[in-house]
Amino acid sequence: MLTATELECVRGNRTVFQELSFSVRPGECLQLTGPNGSGKTSLIRILCGLMEPSHGTVSWKKLDIRHLAEDYRTCITYLGHRHGIKEELTPLENLQIICGLNGTEISRNHAVRALEYMGLANRETAFARFLSEGQRRRIALARLVFNSSEIWLLDEVLTALDRDGMESVQALIDGHLARGGMAVVATHHGLGLSQGRFQRIELAA
Amino acid sequence: MKANHAVMFRWLIRREVLLAWRRKADLFSALAFYIIIVSLFPLSMDPDSRLLRSIAGGVLWVSALLATMLGFHRMFANDFADGSLDQLILTPQPLVLTVIGKTAAQFLTIGISLILISPLLGLQYGLTPNDTRQLAWSLLLGIPVLILLNAVGAALTLGVHGGGLIAALIVLPLCVPSLVFGAGGNVSLVGAVLAPTLVFAPWAAAAAIRISLG
Amino acid sequence: MGRSGGNTDFPGMKRIMSNWYKFASPPALYPLVNRLIPWFAIPSAILFAAGLYVGFFVAPTDFQQGDVYRVLFIHVPAAWMGMLLYVLMSLYASVGWAYNIRVSSMMASALSITGALFTLISLLTGSLWGKPTWGAWWVWDARMTSTLILFFLYVGFIALQTSIDDPRRADRAGAVIAAVGVVNVPIIYMSVGWWNTLHQGATIRIVQESTIAPTMLAALLIMLAACWLYSVAVVLGRLSCIIAEREHLEIA
Repeated sequence: MLTATELECVRGNRTVFQELSFSVRPGECLQLTGPNGSGKTSLIRILCGLMEPSHGTVSWKKLDIRHLAEDYRTCITYLGHRHGIKEELTPLENLQIICGLNGTEISRNHAVRALEYMGLANRETAFARFLSEGQRRRIALARLVFNSSEIWLLDEVLTALDRDGMESVQALIDGHLARGGMAVVATHHGLGLSQGRFQRIELAA
Repeated sequence: MKANHAVMFRWLIRREVLLAWRRKADLFSALAFYIIIVSLFPLSMDPDSRLLRSIAGGVLWVSALLATMLGFHRMFANDFADGSLDQLILTPQPLVLTVIGKTAAQFLTIGISLILISPLLGLQYGLTPNDTRQLAWSLLLGIPVLILLNAVGAALTLGVHGGGLIAALIVLPLCVPSLVFGAGGNVSLVGAVLAPTLVFAPWAAAAAIRISLG
Repeated sequence: MGRSGGNTDFPGMKRIMSNWYKFASPPALYPLVNRLIPWFAIPSAILFAAGLYVGFFVAPTDFQQGDVYRVLFIHVPAAWMGMLLYVLMSLYASVGWAYNIRVSSMMASALSITGALFTLISLLTGSLWGKPTWGAWWVWDARMTSTLILFFLYVGFIALQTSIDDPRRADRAGAVIAAVGVVNVPIIYMSVGWWNTLHQGATIRIVQESTIAPTMLAALLIMLAACWLYSVAVVLGRLSCIIAEREHLEIA
């Protein structure tokens, strides 16, 4: 169970949010909505441990993630709205490297299948530089296809995706929840999920 | 599932070297920069062979220092801009290990290239084989120091406007000991500087990355 | 969590602790800082006047260097302060970072400018002394060179801090570079010393240390005390400005 307790986030001199507490259980999806600047990205970065909250704690299985450090990082997969795709590498290289870096090496065969699932068939060996923004987003998302980490933290991952791509992602999240995974998703789009429990937090500007 | 750091480290090195290879232009411009700077010195003075031989160590060292610095702040800045730095931080590897991997890859690409070209440049300055060998050794031990210190500077100025120049300002004075020992031809003292740098600089750079992203 | 915190058993201790925390908060410290400044500024001015008087009018003329040596009454304390303040600055920066005490980090920023200034003064006065003594404005002497590099370290610290907009990040980044710098300072001094002995051709030696006249020593010590008091006063003044700026206080 992922629990946030009395989180507070201060950027510059502005308090973005405060006294935010919630928990996400296995098989549950938490959607974060709210206008720009309401702190969705900050909240997700805090949940990953990329950013320190100015107050409050995030705990995973009742332990503070600051103390868990690496043990926590093996349990999460984070995709930000800056997708981290290298333009000089091919989709295949991008995918294999990011999986390898996370200690979950996947074979070339698996990588090709994941990319195919995300609609990148026959694009596996083109440089990412020559692909569209939506296609690069799909490379990043292909990481979710064979992903077994318990928590997915997805920040605005549906932007630049077409209807088809969005449906693929929804199916991936559904499958993840059905396996007992947890997801925190920041998005303006509706998440037409059919599996698992669903809760929503609306952050105010 | 226990994270296998060795496997991850190999992927990191592979990633960095592959990226450096795909951005060959950067590598070659740093190398060309080095060669040109070294060749400019004799043109700016009396190319007397005794004088040239006596300044060779200093010239090659200062030029190597500038060449490693050239575009170095991009080491983290590129990854920062496209979001892959976040991904690198969130891998199960300790961040220190990631920093070590990235600097090691820098050494394997730009560092080794600079060292390999140095004996040729030594010829321009009429260095004896013995002097050349000593210089190459001092560069071999000294360039890692420069790269590690640069990594600290690059991490501290991540996302800062005009970061490259600021990084140079803070790193250059710190390079004095290795420059002095390296250009002075004392290989063992360069090694003595390398040892603590190898221990402390990755921690400092890792702390700096966290601060810059905070 | 059955036990309550140890402090509650000692009311006195608790009061001290809460006072301590109170002063660690910048706005609470602000009036105190402003009240302290004159207590250092005025004695410093008096001591400067006294030290300069003793140094320039009472102390005897040196039999080897003549009256030139009198610039050392400024040069030597400035050089000491430059070095000391760097260590102090690193200490404040590290404490501020490690224990998350903002005032401590602000002190480090305030110290950096004063330290850089003293280092610059020691370079300039050293050069003024060098011209008649060594016959050159600048000599690559080990001490001068190390001081120059120390000045560069200050410049790097200040440049880094001013280039970062977010004050918390500037504090922490400053702490890292100050810590790296302070570890490096002894290595830099050693390397420059080694380099100097390596390349010492036509030797320039500082004239052999003669026994120092009591009035010379007195002038030196008075000047040193004056520099200390001046540093405290100016640093507190700068600290007060930094607090006011960051906490949006009305300037007193």
